[in-house]
Amino acid sequence: MATVEILGKQIEVDSDGCLVNLSDWNKEVAVEIAKSEGIELTEKHWQVIEFMRKVYEETGDAPSIRKLTKQSGVDTKELYSLFPGGPAKKAAKIAGLSKPKSCV
Amino acid sequence: MKKLVILGAGTAGTLMLNKLRGILDKSEWNITIVDMYETHYYQPGFLFIPFGIYNKKDVIKPKRDFFPNGVDVVMSQISKIEADKNRVLLENGSVLPYDYLIIATGTKINPEETEGLKGKLWHKEVFDFYTIEGALALANYFKYWEGGDMVLNIAEMPIKCPVAPLEFVFLADWYFTERGIRDKVNIHFVTPLSGAFTKPRASSVLGDFLEKKNINLIPDFSIAKVDNENKKIISWDEKEVNFDVLVSIPTNMGDEVIARSGLGDELNFVPTDKETLMAEGYDNIFVIGDATNLPSSKAGSVAHFESEILTENFLDVIDGRKPRAKFDGHANCFIESGFGKGVLIDFNYTTEPLPGKFPLPGIGPFSLLEETKMNHYGKIMFRWMYWNQLLKGLELPIESHMTMAGKRV
Repeated sequence: MATVEILGKQIEVDSDGCLVNLSDWNKEVAVEIAKSEGIELTEKHWQVIEFMRKVYEETGDAPSIRKLTKQSGVDTKELYSLFPGGPAKKAAKIAGLSKPKSCV
Repeated sequence: MKKLVILGAGTAGTLMLNKLRGILDKSEWNITIVDMYETHYYQPGFLFIPFGIYNKKDVIKPKRDFFPNGVDVVMSQISKIEADKNRVLLENGSVLPYDYLIIATGTKINPEETEGLKGKLWHKEVFDFYTIEGALALANYFKYWEGGDMVLNIAEMPIKCPVAPLEFVFLADWYFTERGIRDKVNIHFVTPLSGAFTKPRASSVLGDFLEKKNINLIPDFSIAKVDNENKKIISWDEKEVNFDVLVSIPTNMGDEVIARSGLGDELNFVPTDKETLMAEGYDNIFVIGDATNLPSSKAGSVAHFESEILTENFLDVIDGRKPRAKFDGHANCFIESGFGKGVLIDFNYTTEPLPGKFPLPGIGPFSLLEETKMNHYGKIMFRWMYWNQLLKGLELPIESHMTMAGKRV
């Protein structure tokens, strides 16, 4: 299992670069993961990230883009400008979750 | 009399009907199946229609040919499932009370979910092949097409039969080669996924196939709209792909009755326990096939494996016991790769498709994740098995749980 150094600490990540242990996540870590993706977190970003963590706590899975669009209060277009290249995947990664299981 | 109601007489509903009618005592159990259409479509066959390999008569039979004696058949649309009252309301006005319910209402394409997809080019230069109408319209179009950019686009995941889009481009490569115009056709495979397929090892093998067959892979593309005027698809992050003909796999959603009944997620799929196959929050409702929200493939093979688990658990539950059988997410798919060859993949929730051999008593072994003629024959033979054994709920020579035998880790 690979590790990355975040804020001076070795943290385990999977092949997609997502945290292996949910407990390694906190807001400072999120800021660092976002930076490595080239994203500076704003209030809107946090709205999405917090929504994702809430859904994860309730259902055990990160939400799909469709669920984000319908329920997070941020529309699809804006999601793509906040998290370029794949909102569901990137936001999940920054939120410390593995990517949504919806792809099988 | 105890009452079992099955909603949907597609692959999953029909095979549950056959299995349970054979087991449940006719003097104790009344079984009703509800569907709104009389025709059963062999959906895996739709893939072959655009290329003139199958025609309409190869993929249709009357549903009633597959219903056993001693069941009530109701042809009607379903208005609502009132799960808290244990009854189903039908559009024909009747009310079906039940002791147990099996939901097998499937999934279908919703092109309306993408702006411009069902626009003025729909079934003229923009097609689907997940409906009989779309597949036939495309067959007619391809017959006279002289070449250009053929774009295959998957709108969003999950979709029914996630390997079908790949098979489609492999078969297109073969078909246009046979027609002598392959040099005039550019094939583009445009997907929201980061690679050819969802599972890493299969994705890498199938990605190599795309390259070898000179098919252009455009990953990470989430379609926002179809521009009918300029014939291009545009993603949410404003990437554009031009097409002369667009073959779309539109958003797949569960039936609207699931939404009307308040039983679905954001795609109208029913939250289902991934091991017991019971609807979450209910102790008398089971869900099977494409209607579930399970993280398994939406495919006939999966419905078949689920049917054996569901049967065992149904019998436990009606005895007042906890369901003991556990579904492992087993899927088994023959992938047509063109030129008379095919690839077989076999996997479950936790084991991705691996290379090796797949044992099948009396017929196999088949090669896994490898292109062979034998795998193609497997796919062709499957149609016979589907009509004659699978739908009738008969035993198939393949275990419902995935086995590691023959697989190379």
